[in-house]
Amino acid sequence: MLKIENLHVTVDGREVLKGLTLEINAGEVHAIMGPNGSGKSTLSYVLAGRDGYDVTEGSITFMGQDIRDMAPEERAALGMFLAFQYPVEIPGVTTTTFLKTAVNAVRKARGEAEMSPVDFLKLQKEKTAQLGMDADFLKRGVNVGFSGGEKKRNEVLQLAMLQPKLAILDETDSGLDIDALKVVADGVNALRAPERSFLIITHYQRLLDYIKPDVVHVLAKGKIQRTGGPELALELEANGYAEFTGEAA
Amino acid sequence: MPVTNETRETVAQLDRKYEAGFITDIEMERAPKGVNEDIIRLISAKKGEPAWMLESRLKAFRHWQTMPEPDWAKVTFAPLDYQDAYYYAAPKNIDRPKSLDEVDPKLLETYQKLGIPLREQEMLAGVAVDAVFDSVSVVTTFREKLQEAGVIFCSISEAIRDYPALVQKYMGSVVPYTDNKHACLNAAVFTDGTFVYIPEGVRCPMELSTYFRINEAKTGQFERTLIVAEKGSYVSYLEGCTAPMRDENQLHAAVVELIAMDDAEIKYSTVQNWYPGDENGKGGIYNFVTKRGICKGKRSKISWTQVETGSAITWKYPSCILLGDDSVGEFYSVAITNNYQQADTGTKMIHIGKNTRSRIVSKGISAGKSDNTYRGLVRIAAKAENARNYTQCDSLLIGHNCGAHTVPYIENRSPSATLEHEATTSKVSEDQLFYCRSRGIPDEEALTLIVNGFCREVLQHLPMEFAVEAQKLVAISLEGSVG
Repeated sequence: MLKIENLHVTVDGREVLKGLTLEINAGEVHAIMGPNGSGKSTLSYVLAGRDGYDVTEGSITFMGQDIRDMAPEERAALGMFLAFQYPVEIPGVTTTTFLKTAVNAVRKARGEAEMSPVDFLKLQKEKTAQLGMDADFLKRGVNVGFSGGEKKRNEVLQLAMLQPKLAILDETDSGLDIDALKVVADGVNALRAPERSFLIITHYQRLLDYIKPDVVHVLAKGKIQRTGGPELALELEANGYAEFTGEAA
Repeated sequence: MPVTNETRETVAQLDRKYEAGFITDIEMERAPKGVNEDIIRLISAKKGEPAWMLESRLKAFRHWQTMPEPDWAKVTFAPLDYQDAYYYAAPKNIDRPKSLDEVDPKLLETYQKLGIPLREQEMLAGVAVDAVFDSVSVVTTFREKLQEAGVIFCSISEAIRDYPALVQKYMGSVVPYTDNKHACLNAAVFTDGTFVYIPEGVRCPMELSTYFRINEAKTGQFERTLIVAEKGSYVSYLEGCTAPMRDENQLHAAVVELIAMDDAEIKYSTVQNWYPGDENGKGGIYNFVTKRGICKGKRSKISWTQVETGSAITWKYPSCILLGDDSVGEFYSVAITNNYQQADTGTKMIHIGKNTRSRIVSKGISAGKSDNTYRGLVRIAAKAENARNYTQCDSLLIGHNCGAHTVPYIENRSPSATLEHEATTSKVSEDQLFYCRSRGIPDEEALTLIVNGFCREVLQHLPMEFAVEAQKLVAISLEGSVG
């Protein structure tokens, strides 16, 4: 599904990723953990195709295609989804309008017919209910005046509506209290499927209590330093990242 | 309000062209070039006007020659050569056809192409249209139906002949010919426009609209609109405007006057899409318009909504004089400038009566190398007890080479007045665009979505039938401004 080989990425002239290699197969849930400044968010942005994140070396293959030169919307059409650490506000655009525009843009790019308004509203209603979201959400401007928890829930709603092949969750646990964390995790777990993979980027082990990963990686100094099973997350929680950063804990 | 897929498809089909930029090939009759007393006599004679009208025109013309150009707006352009333009151009054999079957098919086709079908069976249900082509009104639809309700909806030329008492009483009563140079020229040479009269207690049964089209080269359009709403009446009126793409600048100097009596309400909406000039700033319409309404009666209300996307230069300040106690004035505006367009637009709210209220919501969007200014005046007279104004001016910048300016003037002589002013300037952020694109929404569509969201508060004040049209215009106006 996703294959990253020897990836070097420069941001503002500074090399942040320095030879990262990672492979995710269909249906797998991978977690990337690492200290601040290790390149976690850079990895999520470079996968989603954000301007200013330049691949200087290495390759990214997604769904069998080299995506390095693809626009963000093309990657989305191919099945890539990034749940933002800091979801962006779009005043005056209701969440429903935003979702509908996104769903149909992706369908159009794939050569599929637009979803009928009736089908769309039905799907939206179903997904909103699953996430325990108030329908009032949908009439408000995208993320405008949303609490931290509401913003993250809105990211998961978009994930549920767009049904991507690969979902990257960038620090989805940050700023969430334990109840909100559970709701978000339940939403994500409900979307786990044999053909859908997840890449969970997090600083803390906490989220992984609720979303069980198949594989855990430690990212530090721009590279994957170690790969293991879920037990690796627990080990990091106990010992910190000092071992990988070369600093005292 | 959703940005419909229809919108997107329309935009895609347009291929970055000004859709209304075609020229209708039709035999025209024109007065000689330039403006002088003989030309004015000729216009007046062509219209079969009574002597009082000609006198009023000549008086205005004599005054106009002494007036300076208004110079306070933040716009720049070469001085106008008033003698190098035509002041009267009309399709031949126009003699006001009795029915649509007598209208030149080329004219019907022109409006059809612009999306304004004039045959009543093809019309948008519930919208009556007066179609003004260069200097004359070519057809007014649904007149009989409106007459049943007692509503007068006709061209201003007909009104001068058929309802002289009403026209004499009200024309120039809100915008006197001495007001400003552009309005004064209009008073001298206006060629057509629309007259609306809503009798006491009547709620106009349909939306009224006028569609202005400039077709001839080197021709100015000077239309005059007069709307009178008697006690307890209501009318919603909309005007739309387009012109062919030409290298030269053409002058459009209109005057609109609204009069609302006790408990009357006038809702006036504009979707202005005059040719804006090309991407290098060549050509385009100079839109120098004076629009003003007076809330004469108690509890009367005048509401202006405008979507200004076209014109090389826009200079207009739809205003309200709040004379009647408890009267209400509103101004909702979206002004979009791209390439080298310049817009200096806003409103004046003049509070005279007690407990008068006004509300101003202005959304300016600048892209390309354009300049966009909000200029507004809120004046509260000493006897306007408990007057209230709320003003909100938001500017949105797209790119690095455009300008947005907000120039609010406040004059308050009433200690009991309440005034609020809020202003924001923001940029369409990379974050917003990336967020949309990461969800699969391509960049231009993402920009349209963001801008429509920014304008939403204003667009929702447009009549339903035109809201979708306005959203399309937003998309078209911004083409080529990202990437």
